[in-house]
Amino acid sequence: MLPARKPAGLDASLKQSFGKGVFRKCDGCGETLTAERLAATFEVCEHCGRHHKLSTRRWLELLLDEGSFHAWDADLVPTDPLGFEDGKRYPDRISAAQKKSGWKDAICTGHGTMFDRPVAFGVFIFEFLGGSMGSVVGEKITRMFERAIAERLPVILLSASGGARMQEGILSLMQMAKTVSARERLRDARLPFISVSLNPTTGGVAASFALLGDVNIAEPGALIGFAGQRVIEATIRQTLPEGFQRAEFLKDHGMIDRIVPRTEMKREFERICALLHCPTV
Amino acid sequence: MAFVLPFEKPIADLIGRVRELRAVAVLRGPEGLDDDGDDPIEAELKALEGRAKDLAKEIFADLTPWQKVQLSRHPARPYTLDYVSRLITDFTELAGDRRFAEDESLIAGLGRFEGRPVAVLGHQKGRGAKDNVRRNFGMPHPEGYRKALRIYELADRFRLPILTFIDTPGAYPGIGAEERGQSEAIGACLAAMARAGVPIIATIIGEGGSGGALALGVANEVFVLEYGTYSVITPEGCASILWKDGSKADRAAAQMRMTADELFGLGVVDGVVEEPAGGAHHDVDATADAIRATLRGSLDRLSSLTPHALADHRYARFRRLGTFVDSAV
Repeated sequence: MLPARKPAGLDASLKQSFGKGVFRKCDGCGETLTAERLAATFEVCEHCGRHHKLSTRRWLELLLDEGSFHAWDADLVPTDPLGFEDGKRYPDRISAAQKKSGWKDAICTGHGTMFDRPVAFGVFIFEFLGGSMGSVVGEKITRMFERAIAERLPVILLSASGGARMQEGILSLMQMAKTVSARERLRDARLPFISVSLNPTTGGVAASFALLGDVNIAEPGALIGFAGQRVIEATIRQTLPEGFQRAEFLKDHGMIDRIVPRTEMKREFERICALLHCPTV
Repeated sequence: MAFVLPFEKPIADLIGRVRELRAVAVLRGPEGLDDDGDDPIEAELKALEGRAKDLAKEIFADLTPWQKVQLSRHPARPYTLDYVSRLITDFTELAGDRRFAEDESLIAGLGRFEGRPVAVLGHQKGRGAKDNVRRNFGMPHPEGYRKALRIYELADRFRLPILTFIDTPGAYPGIGAEERGQSEAIGACLAAMARAGVPIIATIIGEGGSGGALALGVANEVFVLEYGTYSVITPEGCASILWKDGSKADRAAAQMRMTADELFGLGVVDGVVEEPAGGAHHDVDATADAIRATLRGSLDRLSSLTPHALADHRYARFRRLGTFVDSAV
């Protein structure tokens, strides 16, 4: 932050309350940006290109034609199959996450159009328990693949998840098998699956469908990997190299086809679908 | 048995006494027999052995989930090759992923189960430090999973049933593993298993650690040994995330419902294979016999299905796992 921009004559606390909600500092370059400007660029810093978190509603706004989205299975809610309690009961965690995020679980799926091309579309909701995949997420992804097959739609799925949901234990692990099985049926149906890894895509989501796209796309700088960085550091007793498990690292190692800035994604997805011979409306 | 868990100690002590007495009896020779020509020490030994078994049953009837986790990782527990040598004839190990390396933490091969040609896959832990370096403590790198992938495709092409043995703390978390695509390697295994038009039967013989275990677990039927476990994360990992304290693993183990009975209750496994008194390491032959009977039954059930029906059967099996409520209904 440049000292010259400090409003004169205000003390620190006043300054904070004055700037709150109006100004934001870029997580990448530290540049101060107006919240309004960041919103206009879909949370991408104009100076360094850093991609900040984007809300689910804004993702729908960015990628789908206006008013085209119709949610599928929006009323599926989680249960507490293990009776899990880690200081707080799992049902209480769910309620808190639902209140905080405004969603019933960690994914939004449905039907929409991209430049008039119908697609099955899904996006993880990271603010909901870290986008973790439990039974509801697994079921909704599975149903999305199944409906895409029935309606002959390409699937575009944006992942942002820490992995399997611990509070549903082994049943969360089973969602990996279930979703991948459905993904394979889409493959047999010769329909495209564009898998998009947002920041972060790790653990059980990375190790199931996320890297099994016909085309794998990542957002710039997204953290993508199997094991958490703390776990790896504890195992090998070394600090990790700069850029480890970032989108660029994965592309260098052959796991990702393309790194695409958020604002170019819609064009990109539409083009890939067209090249893979998906019918338009 | 060199390694003894705290709750195994009373059993181990009794077995130790039986062993000592037997050594004495052997040294003593025939002059120790009583007037009827019977050996009083032998009778006492038999009684002691019976007591050791009863004690094992009694102690094992009351194990906590954490104690079962410890048993699933017992250093004396039989590993994949211990079962392969007892269950598979003509075993022909196949090595390498044809991409980068051979990974000895996951063994693959062809062989015969009760005369029928099959493909075999299993995690392999090592015995002792040196062997564990070779086997990487049963934690495969991507190469292990890509070798498995090769076997899934090979077995599918030659119409061989696939028998897998699951026993891993998890896929290896390391720099090289990430560079070479651990996630994709596991995902590709799940996909290949989902597609295969042959019977796949998985048996969890020890630890079923997360995605690294599931890569051998997308089967038509999944069985677990009585003291095997299956979980989304290790109890230590769960505790360190939830309570920032890996030492609360016992508490996590109870929460996670990862023991054989609970897995059966959740529908994650299709059956529990009973272990001998004191656990599989007390009688490997008997454990292998129990697995053989289970695999035979399973193969008989699945063999009549067509390739297409087998894939559908697997799809339906995993399709129904998970719990949720449709709040609109």
